[in-house]
Formats: sequence, structure tokens, C-alpha cells
Amino acid sequence: MSKAKSQDVDYYLKQSGVDTEREKEIGQHIGYRYDVNLVPDEARLTPFLKTYLATMGWSDLNWLEDVHMGYEEGRPAVFDRNINGWVSVPEDMTLPDNQQDRDMIARELLIKFQMSERHPMVDLYKAYRKF
Amino acid sequence: MAQLKSQHISHDMGLHTEQLAGRTQQTFFSPEEGENFTYPQAFEVDFEKSASFDAAEMEPQAINHRIAALMAAGHGHIVVRNPLAKHSLGVGILNRLKLEFEGSLGYFGCGLIDGPNVRIKGRVGWSCAENMMAGTVVVEKNAGSTFGAAIRGGDLVCMGDVGSRTGIDQKGGTVIVGGRTGAFSGFMMQRGRMIILGDAGINLGDSMYDGIIYVGGKIASLGVDAVPGEITELETEWVTRKLAAYGLEAPDGADKLQKIVAGKQLWNYDNLEPTEKKIVL
Repeated sequence: MSKAKSQDVDYYLKQSGVDTEREKEIGQHIGYRYDVNLVPDEARLTPFLKTYLATMGWSDLNWLEDVHMGYEEGRPAVFDRNINGWVSVPEDMTLPDNQQDRDMIARELLIKFQMSERHPMVDLYKAYRKF
Repeated sequence: MAQLKSQHISHDMGLHTEQLAGRTQQTFFSPEEGENFTYPQAFEVDFEKSASFDAAEMEPQAINHRIAALMAAGHGHIVVRNPLAKHSLGVGILNRLKLEFEGSLGYFGCGLIDGPNVRIKGRVGWSCAENMMAGTVVVEKNAGSTFGAAIRGGDLVCMGDVGSRTGIDQKGGTVIVGGRTGAFSGFMMQRGRMIILGDAGINLGDSMYDGIIYVGGKIASLGVDAVPGEITELETEWVTRKLAAYGLEAPDGADKLQKIVAGKQLWNYDNLEPTEKKIVL
């Protein structure tokens, strides 16, 4: 992600992100729409995340280090690798003014969704489990 | 064959009625979501409840089934004695669990796991923890080639040396090598982090799309589109904390690690004519 884009936390909420000639030519954005290399600031862990890490026996965010608040179709969203799709953040949720705190919210939301009975993996597991 | 497909339970559940429209599926977080910390289908286990068994005379599939049966019985700490370098042990565990192997593993050990904390008191063969989703895997001795192939999340640690193509096609997570790593490590890496405390072989980070590689020793050569980057203060703190969690530290301090990132010259690869590719590369 370019420096100009990374400096504005709302860039992909306000802009399409289709900026370069190549992106305009193909009509879509190239690359990630957030800084995938941003390592987490563990001082910003939420109480929910602390409980989750303790439950799993991990000393840090583990796989959640790769979860960030992204943006899909002009809305904040989180990519769920288990369904290979974006999960949109509730419209009435107020986002913090920095990416680190947004990432922590994204991690918390994703955990709650993945561990719920309404996650699509629950039906897939029932249908296709082998053992 | 068509008749067999229509009889599958997934048809009765309505999983084949969705019309794919070629756009991102619209799924929304629910504000009323419960606060669960494990998958709905996961076994309820207790880390304080231990079990162990001798795997010397068992086939790999029987060993994996024994591990699953012990988890189903609520054991959160399982010790496997005498794994004898058998292949595909400890695979497909989608559960929180403390799992120890007292000995070495063969090929594809601990692949496709999502959650467990594994410790291997020996060596591992090719493709240890391939496609790992979450959890921790610590190998106390050396590892073979394609260590952490296509890893998507979690921490994968080898205290010794590893073979070539470490973290090939890495899509997330953290791969830590206490010693040296072979040629083409980080090949086609797409995201995630790799920390190599010793030397790195030729063509490090070849064709990497994104992600970060930190190296404490000498780099024999960089691969195509792998370029030096500048380590930040936040990264220094993160690397120091991550290494300390496994009793490791950077040889000259985390701030002295060499940082390698993608040059991103390959991002528009399909936009170039063959002659232009040569100029770029």
C-alpha cells in the first residue's frame, strides 16, 4: 500500500482505490486494501481478545495477527478466510480514528462470527465431515 | 454418479441452491452474537486433564484417531510417545489442545491444524505444518524442506536448521527459524512474517507478493522482486516479544535484523509484454 493511502485511515471508505492506470484499465483495485504488514500493537488488546487468547493458551494474537479491518464496497468489513468472503461491520458502529484499534475490533468481530452457530462452516461441517 | 450426488446430505440441507452471481457474498456481523471462544463443533477439553500413549506399534491413522478420541473424552493435554518419524501425524486438529510428540515426525506432520499448541521433541520431515491455520508448533531440532508450506496463520518455530523453500506460498502466520534456512525460502510468499536468525540460502523471497522476512545472518542472494526494507520501531518490539515467547533472541538485537519485502514489480505482471518482463526482472 502506498504511503499516501496508509496515512489516511479512511482512504478506502472515501475513495474507490482504483488509482493507477492499470487499475483503471481493468476496473478494479490491485493489491490489498490495507497494510497487511502492519504488526499489532498488543497494548491495545480488548478484554474479549485477552480472554480468547487465554482460552486458547496463546501468549499473543497468534493467527489474529493477520486479521485487519478492511473495506469492501465502501463499507468497513473483515475478511473471513473460512468462508473466503468479506463480512461487513454493522453500519451503526463507530470506528476508532486509527488502524490499530480498528484491527482489534475486526479481530473481536471475526472471532464472535466464526465461533457462532450461524457461521456457514457449521452446515458445511455437518454435511461433509469425515471423522 | 449423478444419482449418487443427489443423494448426498448436503442437497437435503439446501447447500446447492445458491446462485453464484460473481460478486462478494454479503454477510454481516450480528450485534447480538454470543461470546464463544471455540468452534461450535470443537471438543470441550481441559488443559489440566492429561493422557499419553505409546505409538511405536500403531499405524499413523490409528494414532490420529487415538488423539481425536482422547480429545472427545475431554483431554486437553496429550503426549504421544515413540512417534518413530511416522508420516502425517497430528494432522487436521481443529481444537484447542496441548499436544507433545516425544520423538521425531516424518512428512506432513501437524498439517491442516487450527488451534492446538504442539511441541515436537525431535526432528520433522518435509512440509511440517503445511496449511496450518492457527496455533503454535515448536520443533526442538531440525526440519526438512517446505517447512510451513502455505501456512495461513499461527506460529511455526524450528529451533534448529531447516531445508529449502521454507514458507513457500506463505499466506499468513509467523515462521521462525532459530538456525539457518535453505534456498528459495519465502518463495511466492503472499503475506505473513518469517524470522530467520541464522543464514539464508540463495534466492530468498523469490517472487514474493507481500509479507516480511527478517534475517539475522547472511543472505546468500535475494530472489526476483525481493528487496531490502526498513524495520520500524513497532516491528522491533513485535519481533523481540515474539522471539522471547519461544526463548529466542536476535543475534545482534531485533533492530539489527535485515528486513526483506516485496518490490511489487510483479504485481502488474500480466500487463507486460514478454520483452518488458525481461527489463523489469
